[in-house]
Amino acid sequence: MSTRLEQAFARMKAEQRTGLVAFVSGGDPTLERSGEVIRAVDEGGADVIEIGVPFSDPLADGPEIQRSSERALRAGATLRGVLDLVGDLRTNVAAPLVLFSYANPVVRFGVEAFAARAAEVGVDGVLLLDLPLEEAGPTRDVLVAHGLAPIFLLSPTTTGPRVRKANDLGRGFLYAISRLGVTGVRDQVADDARGLVERLRQDSTLPIALGFGLSRPEHIRDVGKYADAAVVGSALVAQIARHGSSPALADEVRGFVRWLREGASA
Amino acid sequence: MTMAAQEGRGRPVFGRRDPDARGYFGEFGGRFVPETLVAPMEALTEAYFAVRTDEAFIAEFEHLLRQFVGRPTPLYEARRLTEACGGATILLKREDLAHTGAHKINNALGQALLARRMGKSRIVAETGAGQHGVATATVCALLGLQCVVYMGVDDMARQALNVFRMRMLGAEVRGVDAGARTLKDAINEAMRDWVATVQDTYYLLGSALGPHPYPLMVREFQSIIGEEARVQCLASYGRLPDAAVACVGGGSNAMGLFDAFVADAGVRLVGIEAGGEGIAGGRHAARFAGGTPGVLQGTRTWVLQDEAGNISLTHSVSAGLDYAAVGPEHADLLQQGRAEYHFATDSEALAAFQRLGRLEGILPALESAHAIAGVEQVARDVGPGGLVLVNLSGRGDKDVQSIQHLLGDQA
Repeated sequence: MSTRLEQAFARMKAEQRTGLVAFVSGGDPTLERSGEVIRAVDEGGADVIEIGVPFSDPLADGPEIQRSSERALRAGATLRGVLDLVGDLRTNVAAPLVLFSYANPVVRFGVEAFAARAAEVGVDGVLLLDLPLEEAGPTRDVLVAHGLAPIFLLSPTTTGPRVRKANDLGRGFLYAISRLGVTGVRDQVADDARGLVERLRQDSTLPIALGFGLSRPEHIRDVGKYADAAVVGSALVAQIARHGSSPALADEVRGFVRWLREGASA
Repeated sequence: MTMAAQEGRGRPVFGRRDPDARGYFGEFGGRFVPETLVAPMEALTEAYFAVRTDEAFIAEFEHLLRQFVGRPTPLYEARRLTEACGGATILLKREDLAHTGAHKINNALGQALLARRMGKSRIVAETGAGQHGVATATVCALLGLQCVVYMGVDDMARQALNVFRMRMLGAEVRGVDAGARTLKDAINEAMRDWVATVQDTYYLLGSALGPHPYPLMVREFQSIIGEEARVQCLASYGRLPDAAVACVGGGSNAMGLFDAFVADAGVRLVGIEAGGEGIAGGRHAARFAGGTPGVLQGTRTWVLQDEAGNISLTHSVSAGLDYAAVGPEHADLLQQGRAEYHFATDSEALAAFQRLGRLEGILPALESAHAIAGVEQVARDVGPGGLVLVNLSGRGDKDVQSIQHLLGDQA
């Protein structure tokens, strides 16, 4: 039996198109409205949805995601709340859902308790941003035991042996960081992104999603020439910031994701 | 100078108590960093392990500790403070007399020499009280390195003198307006800078915190404090102290002092955290009194956090102790029962600040005033005839303005 994540990547391949991985902060602008946002991202055509767990110290994130994390925290979002939100949404959302968190909220929750609850509510994968391969061992095994896909980041600084290790320990897909630095909207895809993905391919077999700095359909079209999927985070989060208090929030988000999907379709 | 003479004054010690290969001291430490920083941390570890056995590197470090920093710093018997406390003889290790006015220069110098060895041309650093920022700006001027210091905007206000000093030394000070606008937020911003600039930039972390190898490296560059004090104590009193006391923010001055005595079971090791306005109200930075184990800024250690794993806002009158996590080796020393940790409140630290000024003619940094507040109890515990060593980690000039503000007419 293949997982929802595997099916999603198999479908992109069968349809010969680039996957769209969309990131939003769970609980932004509020837990209730975040449910609307995630459904709208799904309806807009995202192939995979990453839900960020808000954290007080997001040291790998740029200003857009920092601010969205702060909005969510102010509105009372916690890891527990985000897990409950996934439980409420799961039957109404087709895309696989990946939780994207810093390590401490998960450590505080308890890794075993977290994995059990995440599996129960229907989370498909988990990416822990500051838990690199060397620290991930026991946590990774607990996730796999609960049927959750551990997803690892790869960066321009990741060496070949570590790419192979990530490919061995990871499930679903690998997330390639296109450039050094924190998350954030950029005008152009990093110059050496193609070279990076080609290098990573030499040491891996899992599908590769490329992210950091992507914000427009043409970026996704570019990335699709060499990667399996493109991740858009900060640009989508900025839409939520702009329309957060508007009744048209869900429509705006759905429209933005559809627009991004134009780049993913051909 | 002969080897014997150098040993006679105490030398920094390397390789004495290494963490395991993954950077753990017992259950604490490790390397919890985003993927992009894994390879740079490995390269840093390799470079550090190479220089710490390189005689030419150590010789240059020790030469500059003598000629530039002004070491050894004195061990001073505080007679009037001892008398007032009515207990053991109190010995002050005078790190406040080191160049730039605090112990921070020892580590900044060691790491800047390492950065130059690694071919890095740009340094980023965080600072809380500003002493690490000043020390970093100073060594960057000395070695001709570009220097950017991140500092919380609240700390910039309460340590305005140090901001000005850094700028005079040619550093760029960047204000951080996030979170509590203090040390933790400055570290986040310095890490964000570094993750984008890691090819040519060295992150000069100022305390015994963060991912491996920083806790080890910072402790070893600071080990000169305890080594000198040990030699000085033996020379003057013919025996080791009964206790060693230091304030603990991240914990670099305390690790620098404790390191020389960890193997001496007869020496009590006492760390003093910032009790702020008291533990009950939550406005403090006493991690061992009010925290739980967690992961923050690269390391597993004791952290002040809420039920959801978000890091708590901290408070201390002292910017240098106002931090939500503690160095992982302190967490291990507590776990082993080798060191004990207490706290001093804001008002106890302010009272100690005034007492040391009036009794000894020394205005301590507010951070060090916490250690002075703590040493009085320890001196009474040990009793007359005993010896208690305390690290006077920095001088108080930087704090005079905010103390004037706090005390008003009572000063």
